[in-house]
Amino acid sequence: MGMPDLPQLVVAVVLVAMIAYVASGGADFGSGVWELFARGPRAEPQVRALREAIAPIWEANHVWLILVVVLLFVCFPMAFAAIMVALHIPVTLMLVGIVLRGAAFVFQSYAAGDHAIEHLSVRLFRIASAITPMALGVVAGAVAGGNIRVDAATGAVTSGAVRPWLLPFPLLVGAMTLGLCTYLAAVYMTLETDGQLREDFRRRALLAGCAVGAIALPAAWVALREAPVIGVPLLTSPWSLPFHVATGVVAVLALVALGRRHFHWARLLAIAQTALILIGWGVAQYPRVLAPDLDLENCAAAPAVLEATLLVLGIGTVLLVPAFVCLYRVFKSG
Amino acid sequence: MSDLIAARSLMALSLAFHIVFASVGIAMPLLMVVAEERWLRSGDPVWLDLCKRWAKGTAILFAVGAVSGTGLSFQLGLLWPEFMRQAGPVIGLPFAMEGFAFFLEAICLGLYLYGWQKLRPRAHQLAGVGVMLAGIASGVFVIAANAWMNTPRGCRHVDGRFVDVDPIAAMCNPMWLPQAAHMLAATFLAVGFGTAGVHALIVLRRPDSSLHQRALVLALWIGGAAAVLLPLSGDVLAKRVAELQPVKLAAMEGLFASEQPAGLRIGGWPDEAAAVTRYAIELPYLLSFLAHGDFDAKVRGLDEFPRDQWPPVAITHVAFQVMVAVGVLLLLVAITAGLLAWRRRPIVRHRWFLKLLVGCAPLGFLGIEAGWVVTEVGRQPWIVQGVMRTRDAVTPVPNQIVPFCGFALLYGLLFAVVVRLMRRHVFESAEPLVQDAENGHA
Repeated sequence: MGMPDLPQLVVAVVLVAMIAYVASGGADFGSGVWELFARGPRAEPQVRALREAIAPIWEANHVWLILVVVLLFVCFPMAFAAIMVALHIPVTLMLVGIVLRGAAFVFQSYAAGDHAIEHLSVRLFRIASAITPMALGVVAGAVAGGNIRVDAATGAVTSGAVRPWLLPFPLLVGAMTLGLCTYLAAVYMTLETDGQLREDFRRRALLAGCAVGAIALPAAWVALREAPVIGVPLLTSPWSLPFHVATGVVAVLALVALGRRHFHWARLLAIAQTALILIGWGVAQYPRVLAPDLDLENCAAAPAVLEATLLVLGIGTVLLVPAFVCLYRVFKSG
Repeated sequence: MSDLIAARSLMALSLAFHIVFASVGIAMPLLMVVAEERWLRSGDPVWLDLCKRWAKGTAILFAVGAVSGTGLSFQLGLLWPEFMRQAGPVIGLPFAMEGFAFFLEAICLGLYLYGWQKLRPRAHQLAGVGVMLAGIASGVFVIAANAWMNTPRGCRHVDGRFVDVDPIAAMCNPMWLPQAAHMLAATFLAVGFGTAGVHALIVLRRPDSSLHQRALVLALWIGGAAAVLLPLSGDVLAKRVAELQPVKLAAMEGLFASEQPAGLRIGGWPDEAAAVTRYAIELPYLLSFLAHGDFDAKVRGLDEFPRDQWPPVAITHVAFQVMVAVGVLLLLVAITAGLLAWRRRPIVRHRWFLKLLVGCAPLGFLGIEAGWVVTEVGRQPWIVQGVMRTRDAVTPVPNQIVPFCGFALLYGLLFAVVVRLMRRHVFESAEPLVQDAENGHA
């Protein structure tokens, strides 16, 4: 294998940024979802712990999504434009969720005893925390699902603004994304708490982990039947079997680690599982950007643009990594 | 309402909403860092208290700015997919840089807001400096993209495609630095006077509050300095517009027919149908000088350009008048403050001046909004000046009135909540500190 070319490098960066977003920003949404399920004698401390966990980091985590968006429109502009037309509705929904979630979170943090505002923002925060990852998953599922048709000569979308995403496969991916985000959030919370509170989140993590698995299996079946563009390469390539076995093993090990209260391992394995799911999607879809019409050949920007972008990414990473390390060292354990 | 008008209205609404909060995110950290410096040097707890109060307000406003900014980065694609498809790679470089700047800004803000107990004092202040620098950088980068829409460089447009793209040349277009400097100065102006006005309101109620007196004076210094710099950046920018976007300049001035020498029109109402600006005060020769640095220079009027390339003249002209009026007024207030500072009585003892500051509090933001109206409406009918028309860039997705109404409600709700929360924080902070402690929210 030779050196990766420019579009391949950009795709790799996009994939890394998406993994980082789901593993960090996704879990922040998951935290909001767990507030909906705060029950029992420790409901109050659960909610408090969930909020304290995300307060210092959610804004930084959220920027991964902006990076993905920017990379898409700079490096694969035709695919970006087509997504924004074909998925106008779920993307708008996601956007409303993002705006409401973030604004409502600070409003309830700084309500300063204004109960009406606090009550309203807590509700909006929780609902938006659930809607946003759903919509994100629907968008991802529709991008993978192969029902966005584009005239590669003009960039015109020929499949309308509803048909590509209102389908079983994208909706299942939406559900799975929601499940994954809540799973990650619960796993992380086992390291933010102790005693009975930790046991609460451990139980929730186990439940959510099983739910992710329970959605993954029918999603694979639906992918094969309804979205063969992604389903067939994902499940019938030479690499498929070993890859899915590895993902499955990691997933089960994460649950085992939770069961045996090895929480640091559980966190590491849950992140690895997330990364594997996204890498599996990436590899199965490669080299198509928006199957079946757009691929790296016909929709990547000019080499001068990709070079400049990668240069900025390189310089940016040098600044970003120490800053993130500092942020997490100050506020997170282990 | 046509889909084009709905899309343009939503874009305008989102920009108008975002710019207020983004400005606060850029300029407020300077105030916080200076207050923290004074605390570190003097050990005076009043400075620390002030710094923490400002940080609280910044936290609320910054978050709203961050999420509405995310909204904009999506809406560029949702509303103008054809623009992004063609121009995305050309203006992508500053957007990528902005992404990293925003990353650093958010990280530093997290450290700043939640790190009071966890960081050493100097490290904590450094995080504040990081917020400020990253905030300024992200603003400057985003403006590079907007400036490119005014003066597209670093590419050729052939058969509906940008070719020979040189992203660095595109970023370093001639409007970038003048626009960025002008916007930064305006940001510090708006936030400085806005903050000074809020604290003036409290000083009027509690004339002895040392905290609010200090806050007022510090904010006034920053706003006042910006007021002095603003005409300079504005002059550079206006000369660039005169040279590179003469139609926009003609609309700003309500200049329907070319003049040599050209007079400056103050106020007035451009009547597009009759091609004349009525009721304006005209100062002879002055426009020639301001636009070209020469009292006898010719200034091109709208009559030199095809009718279908005119921007909406009345909106552009009136917005420009409002912007300039705000700048001049706040400059006069700053000069007044400078004169009062020479007097023996401290500035915070002149009640009429405090009232004036309260009245001026929202003006800087009004000026920013008006300035962006000039920039954006004055560029119409183009989304990329001379290259791509706005109507050719709009999304084919129908019923754009629906997202417009939805976002109008959403932003309206957020604005109402922000106002209510800020009022609460401000008036709570107007109560004596002892009482605060008794109520348990000191």
